[in-house]
Amino acid sequence: MDALIKPAIEHPVQELDTRTDTRDYLAHARSDAEKKGFADWLIVDIDAHHVESVSWAEITSYIEDPVVRHQAEMYQSERVGAPPYGLNGDLGLRYQDVGGRIPHQSSQREVVEEKDVHRDVVLTRRAMHGLAVDYMVIFPTPMLFLGMHPQTDMEVFLSRAYNRWLTERVLPGDPGMVTLVVLPFNTPDEALKMVEEFADVPNVIGFCVTSTRYKPVHSNEYMKLYRAIEESGKPIAFHAGYHWQDPSLATCNTFLGMHSLGFAWCNIVHMTNWILNGIPERFPKLKSMWVESGLSWVPFLMQRLDDQYLMRQSEAPLLRRMPSEYMSDNCFYSCQPMEQSNMKALECTFEMINAKDQLLFSSDWPHFDFDTPSVIYDLPFLDEQSKRNILGLNAAKLFNLNTNGPK
Amino acid sequence: MQSYRIGTVSEFEEGTKKVFNLGETEVGVFRLGEKFYAWNNICPHQGGPVCQGRLYPRVHENLDENKNSHGRLYDKTNINIVCPWHGLEFDVRTGKHPGNEEIALDPLPVQIEGGEIYVIVGE
Repeated sequence: MDALIKPAIEHPVQELDTRTDTRDYLAHARSDAEKKGFADWLIVDIDAHHVESVSWAEITSYIEDPVVRHQAEMYQSERVGAPPYGLNGDLGLRYQDVGGRIPHQSSQREVVEEKDVHRDVVLTRRAMHGLAVDYMVIFPTPMLFLGMHPQTDMEVFLSRAYNRWLTERVLPGDPGMVTLVVLPFNTPDEALKMVEEFADVPNVIGFCVTSTRYKPVHSNEYMKLYRAIEESGKPIAFHAGYHWQDPSLATCNTFLGMHSLGFAWCNIVHMTNWILNGIPERFPKLKSMWVESGLSWVPFLMQRLDDQYLMRQSEAPLLRRMPSEYMSDNCFYSCQPMEQSNMKALECTFEMINAKDQLLFSSDWPHFDFDTPSVIYDLPFLDEQSKRNILGLNAAKLFNLNTNGPK
Repeated sequence: MQSYRIGTVSEFEEGTKKVFNLGETEVGVFRLGEKFYAWNNICPHQGGPVCQGRLYPRVHENLDENKNSHGRLYDKTNINIVCPWHGLEFDVRTGKHPGNEEIALDPLPVQIEGGEIYVIVGE
């Protein structure tokens, strides 16, 4: 037996934790990408995140209002034991890491020695390398709660400060990093100003509404905003989130239950209002994206709205087609977190949403339910062209990106 | 088929694990009591590096005889390895997911001879 025995080599990274380099964390994804030849594929990740609160003092220095900016400076320099200045949200209820089981969700404390670009550029590049992504859309994380902020002015101050900081300090560091500008949707006139200010800024490829909010998307006060976004030629995205204080979700005692429902529920409500009030008929060239709700909610809502619409057409007189037709032809969807426990149901979902043309790959890295490009590549019922469309070409068309990757 | 010498039994403390490169195959070797287990370091969920995760005791719901819940408890007699990518848990002894036994890790044979541990790849 001795002649056959070889020595084992201990793996250089025995356990992944919050200090592990992203490249080590995603080494399996990288290896998989090389085996599958992703270097020859355009891959666009339309939803990944950075943790902007790590850079909060930088961001709040961009607040325009001098008094609020000074308050932020004093708060950041002197206040202890408090979350970042002005941010609302769920404070200590962030259980995404399942009690330390998923370390990359908790923190990325890895060593970054590069000084020529912002730390977030380095972390994003490492993730792009690991996932074999050519373009990565960067979203904030704690700011996803801004739609529930009790001070609507603060949503304006912080979103403008963030957008300016991101486009001036971070995005210029890598041509593959792009963003959807965060809109202060609770103040429609300010949201309109944001579109006007950022529509032509480099690396801005669209606009984002954080979905956890109680404002109806069909309110007349948004029509000027939708017109401006339509004219910009860039899409509007509704990025899902959760709000555990919502009275219904507050009955859920687990993060599992609340998160499963919350990330779908907000977009179910907004999509219902979006379609039944005929926004696609009013703004036929306005492209909407529905981000991070998974996919299984879409066929449910299509069937539900179609069924009820036929009986109550007089309540939705702007529609000239079935609700599901608008949802499959006018709306784009990000895939993550893609539900895969029933492959027949998933195949049916892909057919119903016209996935080969309307579906966009998203990883949601570094969050606990992130997906790699292989979730699309490995699907047994898709042909190669559909996979290429979903992984990158649909996004390239929607966002007018270079199909050969960033220059 | 290739045999790899992993080390000696005494090099593994009770309740610990080590991850090895055995040629092109990454393998996690676990010790629970006097037994050793070897699992392929690929999570059946999305291919994550499951053996490079953390060990957690299995969690049980603490129900009384009237079916009232009194919270959750750790069961330290059942240890799970948790994939650090997405949190899927697998019983170190059986390799099976505690909520769905059809989802399981890929085992590799372990041999103990004269206090030496061997793992067989490619069987």
